[in-house]
Amino acid sequence: MENITDYYKKERAQEWRAEIRKAVKVKERTSMERTKMPEQEPTVRNKNNLEVNLGLAEEIAVKEAQRCIDCPDPTCVKGCPVNIYIPKFIKKIEIGDFLGAATVLKETNTLPAVCGRVCPQEKQCEANCFYTIKLNKEPVAIGYLERFAADYERNSGKTAIPEVAEPNGIKVASIGSGPAGLAWAADMVKMGYDVTVFEALHEIGGVLKYGIPEFRLPNSIVDFEIDNLKKMGVKFVKNFVVGKTATIDDLRAKGFKAFFVGSGAGLPRFMGIPGENSIGIFSSNEYLTRVNLMNAAKEDYDTPVLLGKNVAVIGGGNTAMDSVRTAKRLGAERAMIIYRRSREEMPARLEEVHHALDEEVEFLNLNNPVEYIADNNGRVKKIRLQRMELGEPDESGRRRPVPIEGSEYEIEVDEVVVAVGVSPNPLIPATVAGLETTKWGTITVNENLQTSVEDIFAGGDIVRGGATVILAMGDGRKAATGMDKYLKEKIKK
Amino acid sequence: MNKIVEKEQFSENVFKLVVEAPEVAVSRKAGHFVIIKLGDKGERIPLTIAGSDPERGTIDLVIQRVGVTSHKLTSLNVGDEITDLVGPLGKATHIENFGTVLAACGGVGTAPMLPIIEAMKKAGNKIITVLAARTKDLIILEEQIRKFSDEVIIMTDDGSYGNKGLVTKGMEDVISREKIDKSIVIGPAIMMKFAALTTKKYNIPTEASLNTIMVDGTGMCGACRITVGGKTKFVCVDGPEFDAHEVDFDEMLMRLAAYKEDEARAYEAYLNN
Repeated sequence: MENITDYYKKERAQEWRAEIRKAVKVKERTSMERTKMPEQEPTVRNKNNLEVNLGLAEEIAVKEAQRCIDCPDPTCVKGCPVNIYIPKFIKKIEIGDFLGAATVLKETNTLPAVCGRVCPQEKQCEANCFYTIKLNKEPVAIGYLERFAADYERNSGKTAIPEVAEPNGIKVASIGSGPAGLAWAADMVKMGYDVTVFEALHEIGGVLKYGIPEFRLPNSIVDFEIDNLKKMGVKFVKNFVVGKTATIDDLRAKGFKAFFVGSGAGLPRFMGIPGENSIGIFSSNEYLTRVNLMNAAKEDYDTPVLLGKNVAVIGGGNTAMDSVRTAKRLGAERAMIIYRRSREEMPARLEEVHHALDEEVEFLNLNNPVEYIADNNGRVKKIRLQRMELGEPDESGRRRPVPIEGSEYEIEVDEVVVAVGVSPNPLIPATVAGLETTKWGTITVNENLQTSVEDIFAGGDIVRGGATVILAMGDGRKAATGMDKYLKEKIKK
Repeated sequence: MNKIVEKEQFSENVFKLVVEAPEVAVSRKAGHFVIIKLGDKGERIPLTIAGSDPERGTIDLVIQRVGVTSHKLTSLNVGDEITDLVGPLGKATHIENFGTVLAACGGVGTAPMLPIIEAMKKAGNKIITVLAARTKDLIILEEQIRKFSDEVIIMTDDGSYGNKGLVTKGMEDVISREKIDKSIVIGPAIMMKFAALTTKKYNIPTEASLNTIMVDGTGMCGACRITVGGKTKFVCVDGPEFDAHEVDFDEMLMRLAAYKEDEARAYEAYLNN
């Protein structure tokens, strides 16, 4: 493969790119304001389950694309875990070739419509945009534009199915159909492999389906992308728990030559405080799974979910935001975030925090639950909270929350969602002999994402312990490259 | 999709379904369960595997009609299909030659007990089974249980069959008579609570197989969590069998009632429809 810098140079020198650069002066480009994402009104959307962000209109997208000055050294690309060729797709939008823009996205990103919605662009591409680092201005809205191009293509009915190499007949399998597994599958099927994706649940998509709510990522979008993978030849097997329904050894015996473990960080953590098993206290996984995957809040579905008037969500990450905003939509009068640090230290995306605030979510920062108190039926009725203050920075660089002695007080709640993190799913490590794990239970991998068992690769949260959709997808792609190399070398021998 | 190939009615509300599930039939062991879901709008419910035929590629499920899903499931007929079925889940029963095993089963708990005593019998144990139910009609699988038991004691609350009295009485009679090395109790939570208290008096190591509320059944949600020996455990991945003397049955009973009202309302609506 040619040097990536040379490739960017060559691409950038193409006539159409040079022409569009000349069409608008740089000064004019940089004087334009970043566009705002149109949203549903907060007081309307906090009562429905429709998407909050409405997407950009064509002319707005073109205008936003004009802000990009098509830098010779596209620093934004370095901020992207899958190295989307960002200037190229943005310039395609600028010239009105929206389908072309989508094609550029899909060269490196299997799920652009998903990433355009859930990626933390403000920490990745947009954080590395020329505007951010040199001009101290708001970055080009790369995420909005990604979503725009992907949505345009989907709605056009002219979705290009990526080209697939001649089938090589080599069977490979993914364990898990979340973002890591899907990204891995796309790359492997493009290289001609016979790809099967195993999923334990009754729906394909992993966290994209059970975790991320409809108002942030509609399931129909995930299904559309999965359908495209099917058209490319990827086989999906639902209701199949590798390690239980069949072991990796069983699958080896059936001719699978290599495996990608993308089984996620599935186990919810609890805090181990008194009363935590009271009725009405859920893990965020349970709460979101009931509502998102099982449609529990809908009248004609069989799965029930308890509803609360005063709902407390413990945690400050994206899952906590998803849970609290879900609670609001399910009719909570008070939907509260309880987080032991201050708002600045919350790991959630800024956009999610703002959305939650707009939707009348209350934030009880510098508070930590110490006990739950239940009524006679065992249903939670109060939380005992302890106030915190910030002390010296800890190993994460954030100031450590320190309890204030004697500051405990109680608030009334009838539902609590615990969103304080997840642990790696132990099923695969427990059923594969010789598979090395860390003391946190994550699978150990080398730089090619190969595990201590040579035909097994791994990526996503089972390796990282808890990260983002795009990092999982990046891992999936990297593992596909590593696996392809491994298989080719093995065949040579 | 998993096709139903046989159906049998054990009592007014208890049915056996033999279902095609070739991989599960091969990989399942005593103690394992499956999760099933009916239709696009169905809920996921756990069911213990009562037996399997690996050659035929089928598993046996015994279902008691108690709510919407179990009613829908037991209304299916031979040739119908279960939309989703996944398993085998949970940890398999720890089988070894303990000596004499006292198996106490209440009501539909007899079904999950069957594969356990089969395996225990094959491991060389002497099996004494107390088969208990409210009334004669609710005693199920007696013939199959007898096949793997050295002795079967039947207890009914109303005395309509076997001896009159609760399961614990049958257990006490055996314990007072001979040395028991291991006990297994399976049935409604309240029955297991008292059965566990009975064996605790005599320091007999006892396992209980728990059937809690579950959603995914793979450790992901924690709906099934219980307290065992002061620690929170997940029935789906840490169990379903636990040291019965360490299980907080009162908490489990409380948690089982979490959706009681919703379930009753939904069942009534379903029956009136």
